Amino acid sequence: MSKDNPTLIESATFPRHVIAEIQRAAKTGIYDIRGFGAKRAIPTFDDLVFLGASTSRYPLEGYREKCTTEVILGNRFAKKPIHLKTPITIAGMSFGSLSAQAKESLGRGATIAGTSTTTGDGGMTPEERGHSKTLVYQYLPSRYGMNPDDLRRADAIEIVLGQGAKPGGGGMLLGQKISPRVAQMRDLPEGIDQRSACRHPDWTGPDDLEIKIQELREITNWEKPIYVKVGATRVFYDVTLAVKAGADVVVVDGMQGGTAATQDVFIEHVGIPTLPAVRMAVEALQEMDMHRKVQLIVSGGIRSGADVAKALALGADAVAIGTAALIALGDQSPEFDEDYKAIGSAAGFWDDYQQGNDPAGITTQDPELAKRLDPKLGGRRLANYLNVLTLELQTLARACGKSHVHNLEPEDMVALTMEAAAMAGVPLAGTEWIPGKKGI
Amino acid sequence: MAIIDLNKSTIRELNEKLQSGSAGDKFIVNNTVGKHALSVGLTSEIDVEINGHVGYYCAGMNQEASIKINGNAGPGLAENMMSGEVRVTGNASQYAAATAHGGLLVIEGDASSRCGISMKGVNIVVGGNIGHMSAFMAQSGSLVVCGDAGDALGDSIYETKIYVRGKVKSLGTDCIEKEMKKEHKEELANLLKMAQMNYSVDEFRRYGSARKLYNFDIDQVGDY
Repeated sequence: MSKDNPTLIESATFPRHVIAEIQRAAKTGIYDIRGFGAKRAIPTFDDLVFLGASTSRYPLEGYREKCTTEVILGNRFAKKPIHLKTPITIAGMSFGSLSAQAKESLGRGATIAGTSTTTGDGGMTPEERGHSKTLVYQYLPSRYGMNPDDLRRADAIEIVLGQGAKPGGGGMLLGQKISPRVAQMRDLPEGIDQRSACRHPDWTGPDDLEIKIQELREITNWEKPIYVKVGATRVFYDVTLAVKAGADVVVVDGMQGGTAATQDVFIEHVGIPTLPAVRMAVEALQEMDMHRKVQLIVSGGIRSGADVAKALALGADAVAIGTAALIALGDQSPEFDEDYKAIGSAAGFWDDYQQGNDPAGITTQDPELAKRLDPKLGGRRLANYLNVLTLELQTLARACGKSHVHNLEPEDMVALTMEAAAMAGVPLAGTEWIPGKKGI
Repeated sequence: MAIIDLNKSTIRELNEKLQSGSAGDKFIVNNTVGKHALSVGLTSEIDVEINGHVGYYCAGMNQEASIKINGNAGPGLAENMMSGEVRVTGNASQYAAATAHGGLLVIEGDASSRCGISMKGVNIVVGGNIGHMSAFMAQSGSLVVCGDAGDALGDSIYETKIYVRGKVKSLGTDCIEKEMKKEHKEELANLLKMAQMNYSVDEFRRYGSARKLYNFDIDQVGDY
């Protein structure tokens, strides 16, 4: 309904943004490409609440009684598992999609907070390695910048089979972001669109993956934890197969997970939300008696300590953040309002700068824009944010009477909607009903 | 000269010995029986001679070492090789030298499909034929084929140079025949010499990228 004329009723099927997209497609002849993850409304962790301690359980005293947050990742087969102070890690984002300053900021912030950061497509930069105490090296289908020296320099290896924003899709780093340094690292000409392959070039299925993991372990002396990352789709089977193939850690990325640039139709219509993905992954691990033996990292739309606590309560060992980390560095800041307007966007909308003209100077290769981010300040902001998430997580865990955040459990929560109850596998608030559970 | 018998040693023991070898060391590996991940992650100028067939990813990520396989090789031979030389006297399965950044791979027999997929600077010389989709998304380096090439050669190729002596069943999207200039003949002659293949460069044709897919163009959409 129009504010100015109440007799004008907007169509639910053809609202103005749908009409605008049809008109844009007709004018340009190309699908909409953008960064970020799914924007549509879907069931999230917001649809769950904790049942704090009361008569039957007692809580722990805030700031006085210990609620520990340390996590060990990769102790199934690796000689040198990862030890983190907080279960909140930084997800893989490439140098190329991000500036060198942004990558350095992520390393600095993660190191101050006692957690890990992750490389991305395009390889490892010295800035990133130098400023990251714990660095996970992504092993991706494109193998851009992939070299065994970096593999040995890493603290863990993450084999990427897919990501939540686009399970089943590769990537495209648009030519505008291919600076001389990015081109040199990827061994391709400057200024061309760089396809990141959608599947690995030297294997085709889970049996081959097992041999690939063996090769990577042999090359790195069985020291490094091997993670396997999947975009959330057939989560139960994917997690089962990754564990069978020998993964130390499984990373499951829900559809809210971000990307540097992909078709909007892909982001919004492929993959499932993080909420059911956690439960499905935990069920797979439990069925194999591998829960807590193979660690589970969950990502995709994690924003607050409440999200972290709920993911952990459903059975995850840790979470990873990407989009929220970039916001913490300074992305989407109203400080750059005029610049967002100049590119036809606005702070908070994550659009129209996938070609590298990010006003905040974070997702860019433009040297002038990149200067807007001071890596020390960015690192400090990220560390502050990670500390806030950890404090929020501890607050909720103590309220449930838990002395370690891993002691949170599904029984500590109920759902506010039937959808969330079914997806997360916890009862609808005020009932004992879990839709979809056999026998109920 | 050290002899390692895989009936008595584990793969871990083999790779540990080879990875800690010093320049000039020589190793012989026996009783491979198709085992996987043999001789991977080597970093120094050692000589390794492997007697028997090998499984997946033999010589993976090789740096500096010279590795000779007297037999056939499974998928992913010399994948992501950085430098050095790998030679197989028999045939190689799929994805030989996938994403390899440098060094020389010589396959004296035939190579299966996707040979040189996404290659990033390696040189590959195949004595026999190669399978379909070889040099798919190949970025740089050179692929020499002394026999015939299968379907969709060089599909979506970037800057890799392909030289084929025999027939090409079909070229992939954006791969075209290109003029054989003096510098190409010199490069090819050098590669054939290094690979110990005795053919005249005049018998070969050169293929490479038409560079029409380098930046997305809606009018090319039917090619994808």
